[in-house]
Amino acid sequence: MSLVKNNTDIALLERINTLERFIGNTPLFPLQQVFQKEGVKLYAKLEWQQLGGSVKARPAFNIIKQAVQSGVLDTGKKLLDASSGNTGIAYATIGAALGIPVTIVIPENASEERKLILKSLGAELVYTSRFDATDGSQAKAKELFAEAPDEYYYADQYANDANWQAHYHSTANEVLQQTQGEITHFVTGLGTTGTFVGTTRGLKDLNPSIQSVALHPETALHGLEGWKHLGTAQVPNIYDATLADKNLTVTTGDGYDLIRLTANTEGLLLSPSSAANLAGAIEVAKELDHGVVVTMFPDNAEKYGEVLRQIIN
Amino acid sequence: MSKVIIPTPLRKFTAQTATVETSGATVAEAVQDLTDQYPDLRKHLLDDTGKVRSFIRIFVGDEDILALNREETVVENDTVISIVPAIAGG
Repeated sequence: MSLVKNNTDIALLERINTLERFIGNTPLFPLQQVFQKEGVKLYAKLEWQQLGGSVKARPAFNIIKQAVQSGVLDTGKKLLDASSGNTGIAYATIGAALGIPVTIVIPENASEERKLILKSLGAELVYTSRFDATDGSQAKAKELFAEAPDEYYYADQYANDANWQAHYHSTANEVLQQTQGEITHFVTGLGTTGTFVGTTRGLKDLNPSIQSVALHPETALHGLEGWKHLGTAQVPNIYDATLADKNLTVTTGDGYDLIRLTANTEGLLLSPSSAANLAGAIEVAKELDHGVVVTMFPDNAEKYGEVLRQIIN
Repeated sequence: MSKVIIPTPLRKFTAQTATVETSGATVAEAVQDLTDQYPDLRKHLLDDTGKVRSFIRIFVGDEDILALNREETVVENDTVISIVPAIAGG
């Protein structure tokens, strides 16, 4: 029996190694039209160009990899987590490829596009009230896990160190190499906060003079899907507020305006959170005489038909 | 009096009250009354001109007001108005 299990685990680990080639290593795009200033360069990582179509491939893959390696997850358990969409899609993508069943707890008002993608990838969906946002989904996921701990591996992306460590070990190195070590500022918005925490820690370990700027939605209710307003939402356990050299707020309007402009001038059709990251990065870049500013584009506009219709009309 | 259901993220500004009774014949008037009762909500719901921010989703019963008469949608005494937060974080 243990021999069969070992063989299964080895096959699963080999499959994980194969998949790893399709995680991260995203291109760094020079933004030369939406912002121009002598002595200042602005770049963004096109994070949709990896397995699962968003930045969440990195944490989802690392969470699964570490869980399998430590023996708490295999094809006989369901991976369970709360998600606003992208991490769920990344789990479902990787889970499908590895034969690991995935259960995602998601607010009922998630877009139909997201629900369809998740269902197509074979994920089981559990819906929570539209009034409770992802905090309600987290509470439900904890409840499901408490009821059936043998059935599930509860990934808990908001408290799992493998989330930020994914960026510490991949995004930070990529950004430093792709800018030939010239990056001076890293700017990104906060959701689970894994991208900000992991990339900032990684970059500062490599070069302590790099400045890191955290972006927040201006108001509790906003249209920047994926961002959390930490003043009114449950603050993720992995968040470390001391890492930010500066905090800026971005309005939904700032982001939406840039979706249209960036599509027309750079040929990039951005999601609201990518456009909001760009708005924050431009604010940082405007203040500099010399510098190299890098931000993240977590995903493109493919899953945001509703927002696009609102902006284009 | 219509009832406005306050989403969890905004209850910090309503002393944790989940449902607020409001006066007004339309959604716009009900929201105005809501922000008069709880002025800290104003910044989160209304833009500089006093209109409901364009990206905020409001439902009357199960219907999105975008599919009705938007802010001018008529509300009755027993109408339930819901403010729905964005899908946030991860």
